[in-house]
Amino acid sequence: MDTFIQQLINGLVLGSMYALVALGYTMVYGVLNLINFAHGDVLMIGAMVGLSILKGLSVIAPELSGPLCLAIAIIGAIPVCMLVNIIIERVAYRRLRNAPRLAPLITAIGVSYLLTTFAMMIWGRSPLSFPQLLSTEPIAIGGAVISQTQVLLLALALASMGGLVLLVEKTKMGRAMRATAENPRVAGLMGVDSNKVIVATFAIGAALAAVAGVMWGANYSSIQFAMGFLPGLKAFCAAVLGGIGNIYGAMLGGILLGLIEALGAGYIGDLTGGFLGSHYQDIFAFVVLIIVLTVRPSGIMGERVADRA
Amino acid sequence: MALLSFDVEHNKKKAHASMALVLALLIIFPFVAQMFGNSWVRIIDMALLYIMLALGLNIVVGFAGLLDLGYIAFFAVGAYITGLLASPQFAALLESMVYNYPMLGEWLVALLGPEIRDNGIHLSVWLIVPIAAAVAGFCGALLGAPTLKLRGDYLAIVTLGFGEIIRIFMNNLNDPINFTNGPQGINLIDPIRIFGVSLGGEAGSKATVMIGGYGMPSVNAYYFLFLALCIGIVFVTTRLQHSRLGRAWVAIREDEIAAKAMGINTRNVKLLAFTMGASFGGVAGAMFASFQGFVSPESFALTESIAVLAMVVLGGIGHIPGVILGAVLLAALPEVLRHVVEPAQLAIFGKVVIEAEVLRQLLYGLAMVLIMLNRPAGLWPSPKHEDRPDAAEVNTKDAFPAA
Repeated sequence: MDTFIQQLINGLVLGSMYALVALGYTMVYGVLNLINFAHGDVLMIGAMVGLSILKGLSVIAPELSGPLCLAIAIIGAIPVCMLVNIIIERVAYRRLRNAPRLAPLITAIGVSYLLTTFAMMIWGRSPLSFPQLLSTEPIAIGGAVISQTQVLLLALALASMGGLVLLVEKTKMGRAMRATAENPRVAGLMGVDSNKVIVATFAIGAALAAVAGVMWGANYSSIQFAMGFLPGLKAFCAAVLGGIGNIYGAMLGGILLGLIEALGAGYIGDLTGGFLGSHYQDIFAFVVLIIVLTVRPSGIMGERVADRA
Repeated sequence: MALLSFDVEHNKKKAHASMALVLALLIIFPFVAQMFGNSWVRIIDMALLYIMLALGLNIVVGFAGLLDLGYIAFFAVGAYITGLLASPQFAALLESMVYNYPMLGEWLVALLGPEIRDNGIHLSVWLIVPIAAAVAGFCGALLGAPTLKLRGDYLAIVTLGFGEIIRIFMNNLNDPINFTNGPQGINLIDPIRIFGVSLGGEAGSKATVMIGGYGMPSVNAYYFLFLALCIGIVFVTTRLQHSRLGRAWVAIREDEIAAKAMGINTRNVKLLAFTMGASFGGVAGAMFASFQGFVSPESFALTESIAVLAMVVLGGIGHIPGVILGAVLLAALPEVLRHVVEPAQLAIFGKVVIEAEVLRQLLYGLAMVLIMLNRPAGLWPSPKHEDRPDAAEVNTKDAFPAA
């Protein structure tokens, strides 16, 4: 039972990070019908920039407290990631908006490859250790433990998602985004500047990824230039699971996928009689993806089937 | 292109003469390259393997328009099948089986006999190639079946995930039953043996292959084998392209709904493209394993899938000569960078500022972005025969207003 609660907590933490990244995928997909393949690498850039800021802070102002440093790192990483994602949109996607589907996907892969290579050149090949900023004293919950970083992570994820919902549902920009997602041409006729909406979508997605990236580093305390690939891929799976294009779906899908992974990794050994171990954790996301695509391609909360050839 | 023409339909004589000339050049080529050292021939051998892979992927991406980002997984399947069936690895597998599941293990040992228990399985290349092609093709079908009815970008992600899954399995399937020997990989894979001649060279011959009293280095022998296979694959894919099936693929690529309306069973035809591409990858993998003598999960990372895709995209999606050009260019690129750019940097800056490997990755990424933006049909695109406007211009019904 303790294992169960522990894995539940781990799953929630992991899932909330997936949810943050999945939101970026789902929003871009909703507006452009495009998979921003490089989104996982934006998470990596966020973590790397966060780490650089922390390193800079420890030189300039070593007396600052841990939580404050972390806050500065997150706030600093957000604009960098926004800029990166906006540049990606401008360079790789804008000219291909009406091109055949394959084209933007291939440029996206190219951009993702370029981003990892640049990161490798700037921050090096070997994994970098992320400093412990919060007290490592764990909090016990019914036999399981949760670290303070994880509590903060959950709170931040919740706050970011709440902010996003407010933005999308209550503001003018949010309404423009929803309109563009519904039908870009009609939205344009109603006076919505679709380019502005698209740039805003990429920027918001990047901000969420930046938060997830820095917290990823704080939680797992090791980051590397290639770290964005798997979380990005899994977050996409989460977005599909929840119903791509739907922001509530992305949140739900992210949390669910995190839980599935954590519980799966905890119990796969027992279930298969020791044949498969917890190092198969990474395959769950893809198995889930394949099952969802086969059984219900529109995902849990998706309205229309995305099959429009 | 004035001197050489491959237009078989209009100028048969000239086309055949050109082909004979190119073939003659290709046959002389390794003997010239050999003068600069065997390592160069080895690089060319690898380039030929990449051509095989790129041509296989071209069926999937180029003809049928299905973006497959995990293509290297099929290459891996072919390579590991060879590793399992042509090396002592199977003995290790049985041993771990007997140790962990005595009943099943003993039964298998009794079934297969002591020879296999001690030395593993050593099948001939004539069996391994079809088995590798069949298993890789089966994997392709298995992966394609649930996903092919969906839109292309989903397929891309699922194949990407599949590539990762295969790599994870290769890394971990050494316990409790040792299928793949984990991260160390499988060693001592038999060299290819054709009509009693081992292409790896007999023991003690310093890797010299004797054919009819004439000796040549092992890498040259492999060169001719791979060249023959490449020519075979070029022939098959060219014929496929102009067949009923090939036209169906192109129809699906251009407009799936219209293709369906014309009575094409889109799902089966797409599945066929996927399976055929996968089986070509499997054959290339089998060749790779025998050529290298060992396989390990490292050779099958995502970057390799992307490299093969970059070859197809750079050369010209769907155009066979273009794909070959792309494969040769990108396969030769790392070597050129290593031998030219690094010394040049040393001469200019006194140290290596950007490593060749990093530069290669930058160029791969840039190539994909720039080609797609500026020359979407690649460096050597297929000549346009269709008398109709581009699909992109027509298909703008709920598209964005021009950016």
